[in-house]
Amino acid sequence: MIKKHMAAACLLSAIVFASAASVAQQADFPRKPNGVPDISGIWQSLNNANWNLEGQAAAQGPVEVLGAIGAVPPGKGIVVGDSIPYKPEALAQREMNFANRRTEDPEAKCFRPGIPRANYMAHPFQIFQTDSDILVTYQFAGALRTIYMDNHMNGPIDSWMGWSNGHWEGDTLVVEVGALNPNWLDRAGNYYSRSAKVTERYTPISPYHLQYEATIEDPEVYEEPWSISMPLYRRVEEGARLYDFKCVEFAEEIMYQHLSRENYFRERGIELNGDSNE
Amino acid sequence: MSKNRLLGNTMLASAGILLSVSALSQSESGDMPRTSWGDPVLQGYWTSSTFIPLQRPVELGNKEFFTPEEVAENTRRRMNTEYAETEAGTPEDVHYQFDDYAMNRTEESVTFSERTSIIFDPPNGRYPELTEAAKANMAEYNAWRRDHQWDSAKTRSLSERCLIWDQQGPPILPLGYNSNYQFMQTEDYVILVHEMMNEPRIIPLDGGDPAENALPQWLGNSRGHWEGDTLVVETTGFTGRTNTPNLRGAPMSTNAHVLERFTRVNETTIDYTFTVTDPTVWTAPWSGNFPFRTIDGPQFEYACHEGNYGIVNILSGVRREELDNYEATGSIDGEGE
Repeated sequence: MIKKHMAAACLLSAIVFASAASVAQQADFPRKPNGVPDISGIWQSLNNANWNLEGQAAAQGPVEVLGAIGAVPPGKGIVVGDSIPYKPEALAQREMNFANRRTEDPEAKCFRPGIPRANYMAHPFQIFQTDSDILVTYQFAGALRTIYMDNHMNGPIDSWMGWSNGHWEGDTLVVEVGALNPNWLDRAGNYYSRSAKVTERYTPISPYHLQYEATIEDPEVYEEPWSISMPLYRRVEEGARLYDFKCVEFAEEIMYQHLSRENYFRERGIELNGDSNE
Repeated sequence: MSKNRLLGNTMLASAGILLSVSALSQSESGDMPRTSWGDPVLQGYWTSSTFIPLQRPVELGNKEFFTPEEVAENTRRRMNTEYAETEAGTPEDVHYQFDDYAMNRTEESVTFSERTSIIFDPPNGRYPELTEAAKANMAEYNAWRRDHQWDSAKTRSLSERCLIWDQQGPPILPLGYNSNYQFMQTEDYVILVHEMMNEPRIIPLDGGDPAENALPQWLGNSRGHWEGDTLVVETTGFTGRTNTPNLRGAPMSTNAHVLERFTRVNETTIDYTFTVTDPTVWTAPWSGNFPFRTIDGPQFEYACHEGNYGIVNILSGVRREELDNYEATGSIDGEGE
């Protein structure tokens, strides 16, 4: 059963890869002196995957007081085969995540988003392709990761952005990501555990587009590996750059408000006197 | 703690310093690694850890450099101070276990310099005079802080909140521990990643004006260009919310301008010089210099905010103390009615 699904996923990848590669050749993608595609630049996705990888119709968002600003936009999602093959008990956890999403989504807390989520947030990210390794910096939370092109090793310690080993397969940058902390995949509560392994494929399909695919394996959470696929768009406007989104200060209210003097004593029914430090 | 180990470390460190002296004096640009497009290589892992103080002790006056003998003596004394035994039962005895990894600078690479202070201009090696407006702001800030620093997460320091370290730069300065940097480099960019806050400072090398496409940024807006083998970086566009290192209440104002010069002088060393000009805060510019030294990689993700138990514990502790005071005296200050 699992083998059959993996074969289907591989076949699908092969088809996407083949068509993508032929387009890239026509499109004359910029290249490094050693011949590999030069994927340096500022990239961004354009979909609603960060709201729900599996896609959904428009809906009220988690914070009703924001009105239509807080509503969930509609979208088909980017999961290949439409749904994530959760184990039954893991599906229950996803539902619990969803119920608590306003305060428990790591994005709400300004935690580093992990991989692949960092690639489909509503923020640009920048790829720097050096003589050896590749650095990817994300606007969200100033998160970053090095993709090690030489000296591959297993991640020495788990981290939010994981440990990335990369290599080229033709014109496709293949990145194997491991040593990830458990994290959420979107605002709908989809998630992976610390046993997750993510294999990413970045394939140029025009000078301005990369096809991005990622296969997520996590035997603790899913019945079988599954994949996402979406285009990444080059930010072409003049002067495009990343800016600070140091979101810690936007998350402090939900994380620490119970410990502010004002709230702490109000919750205990204690009125602070005028001569206090307030 | 083993005395033998202490002595061993000191001897090893002294030997390292002597080697560094000779390495520095023989610097030859011919040894310098270059990128495939011909610029000096800055990419790699570096430390700015140093025993050089930011400001020079007043008693040293305008003495800018120590003699090699004085450096060796000072370093020996410094290392022994960091390892000093403390007496059980005294407040001084409540400290980190200095043998623990990363708690002692004798365990990490330390840059070498004969400087008596990082600041070399003004010539007394100290911050210049603050402007009258800056002094007034600082007094106001410190008065506010005395009364309100425990109010909530938002009133704690920027570094405690995992927003920024004052030493992240620009100008870059050494931290008490973990002054590790990863520098990455392409033909078009240099990116400086400080391990401790683990975020990038992206420096485009187009020589443009840092005010182009700028918004106020925590680390300012940096633009760089090569002057011969020296990377020159200009930064403006600060938020006005960050502190001058070791000088809480004196910000890098929104008018601050920082000029930095990175020169790789040999296989193991980058010479780093900076000048801060900020007429809102300082009556004169101030400049500093210290070396970066190579260290082994890789660099790790320092997820400060994700693991910030500290701020929760600090605020919980203060609230508990206030509650105890209130229950005992009717006032959270514990002074009674």
